[in-house]
Amino acid sequence: MSEPAIDIRAHSAVAPQPLMSARGVCFDAGGQRLIDGVDLDVLPGRCTVIMGANGSGKSLLLRLLHGLLTPSEGSIAWRGRPLDRAARREQAMVFQRPVMLRRSVAANLRFALSVRGVRGPERKTREAETLTLARLDGLKDRPARVLSGGEQQRLAMARAMISAPKLLLLDEPTASLDPASTLAIENLIAQARESGATIILVTHDAGQARRLGDDLIFLHGGRIAETGPVVRVLDAPRSKAAQAWLSGRLFVPNNP
Amino acid sequence: MESFSAILIEAIGLILSWDADVIEIILLSLRVTLTAVAVSCVIGLPLGAVVGAFRFPLRTGVLVAMNTLMGLPPVVVGLMVYLMLSASGPMGVLGLLYTPTAMIVAQTILVTPIVAALTRQVIEDLNGEYAEQFESLGVGRLDRVLALLWDARYSLLTVALAGFGRAVAEVGAVIIVGGNINHVTRVMTTTIALETSKGNLQLALALGLILLAIAVVVNGLLMAIRGTAARAAYV
Repeated sequence: MSEPAIDIRAHSAVAPQPLMSARGVCFDAGGQRLIDGVDLDVLPGRCTVIMGANGSGKSLLLRLLHGLLTPSEGSIAWRGRPLDRAARREQAMVFQRPVMLRRSVAANLRFALSVRGVRGPERKTREAETLTLARLDGLKDRPARVLSGGEQQRLAMARAMISAPKLLLLDEPTASLDPASTLAIENLIAQARESGATIILVTHDAGQARRLGDDLIFLHGGRIAETGPVVRVLDAPRSKAAQAWLSGRLFVPNNP
Repeated sequence: MESFSAILIEAIGLILSWDADVIEIILLSLRVTLTAVAVSCVIGLPLGAVVGAFRFPLRTGVLVAMNTLMGLPPVVVGLMVYLMLSASGPMGVLGLLYTPTAMIVAQTILVTPIVAALTRQVIEDLNGEYAEQFESLGVGRLDRVLALLWDARYSLLTVALAGFGRAVAEVGAVIIVGGNINHVTRVMTTTIALETSKGNLQLALALGLILLAIAVVVNGLLMAIRGTAARAAYV
């Protein structure tokens, strides 16, 4: 078994147990290997950024880590146990295109709580707190699907955060958002971290990676091309794929 | 034979006079149809939602059966219900033949597949949009069905109205199991058939116009519901 791509135990005096581990994870579809032998450890409290070109497998890897897809080979463990439905309830994911239920903003939040069994006064309190946190108080009775793109993504973040997940998986949450909406989402991510959540963030935005990330995984062709602290990888990439991508050049495997 | 215009004028006169017999027939029609549609919704909505939201063995067979049953010939349904409820039938002891209840049973059998099949289509489309988010949130099976039914509520209202349209215009089954007994099981469609055969075209046309008006109202409601839902971005 190869060494995991991300393992910050080297940075810590006391080695924490990984929140999540992937070993030799592969995923095949349509006769093609789309994720190829990914190893990684996600440690509690860190923000791991996944970057790479379109089609490199970032979103696919995120879905595998969240248990929405099953690896063709390899295994993913959550706190040392197999990733199952119960484990997924300790996580939350925000998709690139937020899925809004056909109901009000507040009802979208209530739904996330009710499926977790949170009811009564506690549900009301958490709903109100989260609406305030996401600056959605004034929109709480509005149908979620008439919100702007930025507001919908804020609601998606709020819905993910309302159940206080231990791991928050974010798939390009600020793609196609304006700077103000991006800042609002980044503030929410920062608040989630302050609350103790571990973050895995897929982004194309190197600035965002620097602002939010601790560790960086650079994916290329479904494989991990490079990993390390965000600043080091972005400032001095070692792999050809990361160098080419960061310099804005197209990198074709086997023909650099 | 009177001219069409004369019959039409007399028919309109009948409607405007609020004839007690006509009112009784209309009310019985609505009672039978609305009850049948309500029962069909109680059965068909969850059935369609489950088939639309989940994959399970023999699902394709269930889909084929549901779609086939949508086209059930009413007279065949009437005959089957008649055989079940007749004195020598397995449910003859209930004494339901030639009662409004028998008509409700027949209409329910006709409308339930329509409600279930259309619900399945609506829910399957919505589930395609929601499935990954539901998986991510860890939504259980019951919560999933209830959430899909709730979020598709406007589309499902149009499904119920489609079922109503089918039931209220139905004649073949209800005439067999109801018997078209005056003041007992006489509804609009069976009365139209009977009065036309008797040559009493004024009453037949009056009821036909009312049936048409109901169809217009139902379609108007459909449009209004769709418009309201679209404005609220709920479709």
